[in-house]
Amino acid sequence: MNKMPKWADAVLIPLISILLAFFFSGLVIWAIGKDPVVAIKTMVDGAFGSTSGISYTLYYATNFIFTGLAVAVAYHARLFNIGGEGQAMLGGLGVTLVCLAVPWPHWTLALPAAMIGGALFGAAWAFIPAWLQAKRGSHIVITTIMFNYIGAALLGYLLTRVLKVKGSMVTESARFPEGAHLPNFSEIFAPLGINFSPNAPANMAFFVALLCTFLFWILIWKTRLGYEIRAYGQSETAAKYAGIAPARIVIIAMLISGALAGLMAINNVMGEAERLIDNAVEGAGFIGIAVALMGRNHPIGILLAALLFGFLYQGGAELSFWESIPRELVVVIQALVIMFTGALDNMVRMPLEKIFVALSKDKKKEA
Amino acid sequence: MSVQNETGRQATVAPTASAPAIELRGISKAFGPVQANKDISISVAKGSIHGIIGENGAGKSTLMSILYGFYKADAGEILINGKEVEITDSQEAIAAGIGMVFQHFKLVENFTVLENVILGAEDGKLLKPSLAKARKLLKQLSDEYELSVDPDALIEDLSVGHQQRVEILKALYRQADILILDEPTGVLTPAEADHLFRILEGLRDQGKTIILITHKLREIMEITDTVSVMRRGEMTATVKTKDTSPEELAELMVGRKVLLRVDKTPAKPGKPVIEVENLEVIDEQGVKRLKGIDLMVRQGEILGICGVAGNGQTELLEVLGGYMEGTGTIRMNGEEIDLTGKYSDGQSRRARGISHVPEDRHDEGLILEFQAWENMIFGYHHDPKYQKNALLMDNAGIKAMTQVSMDKFDVRPPNPKLEAKSFSGGNQQKIVLAREIERNPDLLLVGQPTRGVDIGAIEFIHQQIVALRDEGKAILLVSVELDEILSLSDRIVVMFDGRIMGERLPSETNEGELGLMMAGITDEEKAQ
Repeated sequence: MNKMPKWADAVLIPLISILLAFFFSGLVIWAIGKDPVVAIKTMVDGAFGSTSGISYTLYYATNFIFTGLAVAVAYHARLFNIGGEGQAMLGGLGVTLVCLAVPWPHWTLALPAAMIGGALFGAAWAFIPAWLQAKRGSHIVITTIMFNYIGAALLGYLLTRVLKVKGSMVTESARFPEGAHLPNFSEIFAPLGINFSPNAPANMAFFVALLCTFLFWILIWKTRLGYEIRAYGQSETAAKYAGIAPARIVIIAMLISGALAGLMAINNVMGEAERLIDNAVEGAGFIGIAVALMGRNHPIGILLAALLFGFLYQGGAELSFWESIPRELVVVIQALVIMFTGALDNMVRMPLEKIFVALSKDKKKEA
Repeated sequence: MSVQNETGRQATVAPTASAPAIELRGISKAFGPVQANKDISISVAKGSIHGIIGENGAGKSTLMSILYGFYKADAGEILINGKEVEITDSQEAIAAGIGMVFQHFKLVENFTVLENVILGAEDGKLLKPSLAKARKLLKQLSDEYELSVDPDALIEDLSVGHQQRVEILKALYRQADILILDEPTGVLTPAEADHLFRILEGLRDQGKTIILITHKLREIMEITDTVSVMRRGEMTATVKTKDTSPEELAELMVGRKVLLRVDKTPAKPGKPVIEVENLEVIDEQGVKRLKGIDLMVRQGEILGICGVAGNGQTELLEVLGGYMEGTGTIRMNGEEIDLTGKYSDGQSRRARGISHVPEDRHDEGLILEFQAWENMIFGYHHDPKYQKNALLMDNAGIKAMTQVSMDKFDVRPPNPKLEAKSFSGGNQQKIVLAREIERNPDLLLVGQPTRGVDIGAIEFIHQQIVALRDEGKAILLVSVELDEILSLSDRIVVMFDGRIMGERLPSETNEGELGLMMAGITDEEKAQ
């Protein structure tokens, strides 16, 4: 029994949810004595008003696309990968080791190698919880959370003891060679006559993220592996009946998930910082959960949700900078968006379903 | 409105007592665009057993849910003993004297019988007085109606038949005068069902009113006084049971003439396809589920395995289907197959020519969220013919193949892009059957082929199974429906407690004998 047309489920519900979230954000801003309209305008201006703003928004979005896809792959196998943060950190380590290992002559060579490095390290970090889940039954939520802390500690140790440049005061790795520099948007779009700010961080990795989004779609809905992942995710007993080995799917899905999270490092580590710094991931692993949730684990949804969160990140930064609205309030706005789009889904869905049922009844009466 | 036991039988004198125990007038209920109940009126006389029969989705359960306060009717009224009542939740239904015994028992497994009986009907904050009262009443009821249950036994230690008695006791403890039973015999052995019927007759003779919801024609004929037939949300007829016949009821249910008996010629068995020797299975809890099974199925014959659910049939199917490990020997077409390790999975079994229609199509046979075409290759998705190239699946080709299969097996609606959960039980089963039979297997394992399937589809499914047999394939049929076993099988084996109790030919046995074997009683014990 179809209660609602598909477009309403995919577009209308998230849209209403976001509007509700912004309405309540407005109320909060108004409550602390600021003007909500000015605040929203500042956010939109800051995120989309300049090429620099757009570049930042897309840079953040790139991070969230990778981590969102990572969470979504695991989710299709009904695995809740909370470890995107740690896997992205380790991905950063992988990218760093690759970039520093060879004096790369050109980014076209460095990028594929760095991608392999990041993906391998991210996947390896996801493999241990996956193996524990598949073979020992340790719950993946718990183990991936723990691996975030282990990852942070490991990176802290490596940055202070191993990767730090001798004599330097900062806990960061050496700068990557010139040949490992990824073209940023200003370099990419200058030949097309579009001028991006040269200091803004969006770079080649954005297109890699788009490619991954497309490959994700192919994997999940067009390949046998995706079919098996989805089948296992829907019903483990049915998967067993069909001869799909649960342990194999758990491990493969988590490896792909970890690899996607690790790939994020080509954006933040290779593309932006061009060296490994402490806390390079900045919570993008966790935002990925919200992005996947909001995007309904569908590539298009994830893309749009990542852009929304990119906007919230960049616009929020501008908001605290220009309007002396505390940084914490920006977090409140993000939280409201997550709450309305994720947790309070049914609040919008139920009344909307009723409206659609009523509408379809009227149509039948007329006919 | 509380009819006392003593006055119940002679109550015809009083004017209010002549009113029907339950009367429904013009009940309608719609779920969105689906009209589950359309203008339904029935009246059930006090002290009678009234059957309600109909196919799945005919609206029986909705009607009873309205009566028990789970749903609110869009229109219509309910009269109990001639008085109109408003029932908005189960508490009010209980207050009105209605007791319900659900198909899936609502008992707390690790509570005792007494604790379950008083649950929700405690008299005060302390349990002791309630428990004592319940103990007294239980004793009285068990003497009166053969409803004997040990009041201190834990539910999890009781047989299914006894658990059901606890449900009935719960209703009686709450002073129900009207007892509704939803498919009560689905989980019982024939002997347990007979016992239940004796209890119900006893209750009726004491003036209780009983409504029996079932899809089994035999039960209706055996125990009810009157019967109502439902079809597509409407009450198509209400008749006195003694004035009707199973054939007439079936026709009323389906809307056309139905063949209740399976039409088949004698089997022409060929050489053995599968031979099982000394098969043993120990489950994850360390319990031995199969204790040395020997059996053999030949080409062109149907071997029926009957038994009460939970006596090892499920494990037998799962071992043969490749997703449970066992010890012993299984030879398929003369070659031994692995029972453990790498080559004991569903894929390897399918490669050997074993197809499997599992007992539970919701949890195993289908992925309900998948569309029909995705389900049509489930388990066979490694077949290279479903690959477009090394990377991609041939989704368009699979959809086209699904369309052909759906037409051939009369799946309705024949839409490959519909999610499996949107099909009725019968059509879901046809999808599974189409998938497994179209593979042209040497051996077809079939578990509960018609559970939750409507009569019209049952006929079709039985025909397909017999047709496959006539092509010379071996079929291993597991069913808890004795009728089905008796009418489909060429040979019958009975399973009890992980063992085979014996083998019979359908022409030389009857329900009574099989029923005893299903209860674990052997010929020698009977002789004593």
